[in-house]
Amino acid sequence: MINFLLIPILIPFFMGMILMFCQKHVGLQRFLSLITLLAASVVSFFVMLKVQADGIQTVTFGGWPAPFGITMVADGMSTLLVFTTFVLSLFIVWYGFESIGVGREKHFYYPGLMFILTGITGAFTTGDIFNLFVFFEVLLMSSYLLLVLGGEKKQLRESIKYILVNVVSSALFVITVAYLYSVVGTLSMADISVKIADIGQPGIITTIAVLFLMVFGLKAAIFPLYFWLPSSYAAAPIPVLALFGALLTKVGVYAIARTYTLFFVHDLSFTHELLLVLSVLTIAAGCIGALATFNAIQIIIYNIVIAVGVILYGVAQMNEVALEGAMFYLVHDMIIKAALFMLVGLVIYVSGTANLRKMGGLIKEYPVLGWFYLIAAFGLAGIPPLSGFVGKLLIVQGGFAAENIWSSLFILASSLLVLLSVIRIFLYAFWGEPGVRQKINPKSYRQMLVPTVLLVVISIAYGVGSEWVAPFMDTAAKALMDPGIYVDAVMKGGE
Amino acid sequence: MEIVMAFVCGFLFMAAVYLILSRSLLRIIIGTGLLSHGAHLLILTMGGLGGESPPVLADGVTDYADPLPQALILTAIVISFGVTAFFLVLAYRAYQELGTDDTSLMKGSDEDD
Repeated sequence: MINFLLIPILIPFFMGMILMFCQKHVGLQRFLSLITLLAASVVSFFVMLKVQADGIQTVTFGGWPAPFGITMVADGMSTLLVFTTFVLSLFIVWYGFESIGVGREKHFYYPGLMFILTGITGAFTTGDIFNLFVFFEVLLMSSYLLLVLGGEKKQLRESIKYILVNVVSSALFVITVAYLYSVVGTLSMADISVKIADIGQPGIITTIAVLFLMVFGLKAAIFPLYFWLPSSYAAAPIPVLALFGALLTKVGVYAIARTYTLFFVHDLSFTHELLLVLSVLTIAAGCIGALATFNAIQIIIYNIVIAVGVILYGVAQMNEVALEGAMFYLVHDMIIKAALFMLVGLVIYVSGTANLRKMGGLIKEYPVLGWFYLIAAFGLAGIPPLSGFVGKLLIVQGGFAAENIWSSLFILASSLLVLLSVIRIFLYAFWGEPGVRQKINPKSYRQMLVPTVLLVVISIAYGVGSEWVAPFMDTAAKALMDPGIYVDAVMKGGE
Repeated sequence: MEIVMAFVCGFLFMAAVYLILSRSLLRIIIGTGLLSHGAHLLILTMGGLGGESPPVLADGVTDYADPLPQALILTAIVISFGVTAFFLVLAYRAYQELGTDDTSLMKGSDEDD
């Protein structure tokens, strides 16, 4: 019983409540939010170190023995994601000071942020399938608020669709949990894993696996279920978009990775083959979308879809190399997506339009923005030694090891399309004849540029220093590969 | 008894899908309400209908009902209540701003073409 691992969830939760009482004091809210996120980053870093040193940490609530109470589990994967979440949100909040607008700040933007972080970190940490649903709802409710905050026509119109899709997917989640409960009679993820292993995954469990793929796939935006994502995300203001793009779909990816490595590992030829096919189709659909549009925001949004495909391709291989690659790529993508959205936000801020055809010639006036964009674009495509390279290398290595030669080659080829799609923004916006310009405030431009540049530097450091983060990825992948480690930690922790 | 409940759930889902596919926002919201009712009934049924047996396990009691589905439903009801309330307010605000509650007039975005 070590409550330490709950602190990263509790910090934003209590701070969200406190911030609701400082509604009109924008300066105070900004200060408190930054301090909170800094503190949460530090604490989650120490939780990560503790998990690395002492193995998986668990807490079971209410003094119940392990499979009966609700368990919170901090393993390699979840602590890594929680830490990344807080660091990213720190930069996104910093960036948002100049771009989100005082109107939103006075109407519960910061409490909304804190509650969405509570939901995200809770979903990463929980070890109970129904509790996962509850944390999903916490983050969804806050995401509804953040998406609609501001009340522009576009936001209202897209929020309705976003909420409807998520309400349906939540109902499906409840239904799937009910089916699972009726078969295995437990909700603790560790216990579910043991019970499914006992009965050897009959057909009904495989059906439930596919239902889970649908539920989480709707959140993660995999191939047939990504239809809602481009237009909904485009309605959000840039800092919210960066937060959603970096974190929300990744919660869905995490949930798929968790259930498909812990529960449904006895019929790989069906479930993981399906996941593989869907991930390849997801990448293809994302590439088509990213190349077809001339809207700078949409290009990056479609790149979210592509990245989800690449990560799930790694999960579908179900060997340690590919899982380690998936972990590398997951964290890389969270960082680089946040950075790219912030960069594109700046491009739109200075040019006053998101349409590539109207932009041009920005490199003369904004060289720093241009070159950092180019670095981030190369990082996204995975050019060595930048951050996307190691993850993709390991994923493809795992793909070859699992003898999925053609689809692995497809992943490699898709990197070129990714590069092309983001370089198009560079070519249209930074080169060529000068396009339209908007009168800007140089001070707020600089204040938005600083966190953006720092985030790109972090992504470079993540790529160059991958040797240092490798032990963490290794621990995470080992625990994913062997459900026994997770199960033992949970069952032992309850005694 | 379980088979009757299965039909009731199925009927609720059918009605929910019908309503969600219509154009009026209000019907869609009522549809989501029915959808969550169906899901909640399904949880109740999936836990096994206990009949008259008590939901406690004491010494000497072998026949007991599972109390967990009720706890799950309670949580899910509260959540769906909150979401529905938010959805209704949003629909009203959207109706004021956009001047319509017809979803077929709400498609597309204005600047991507």
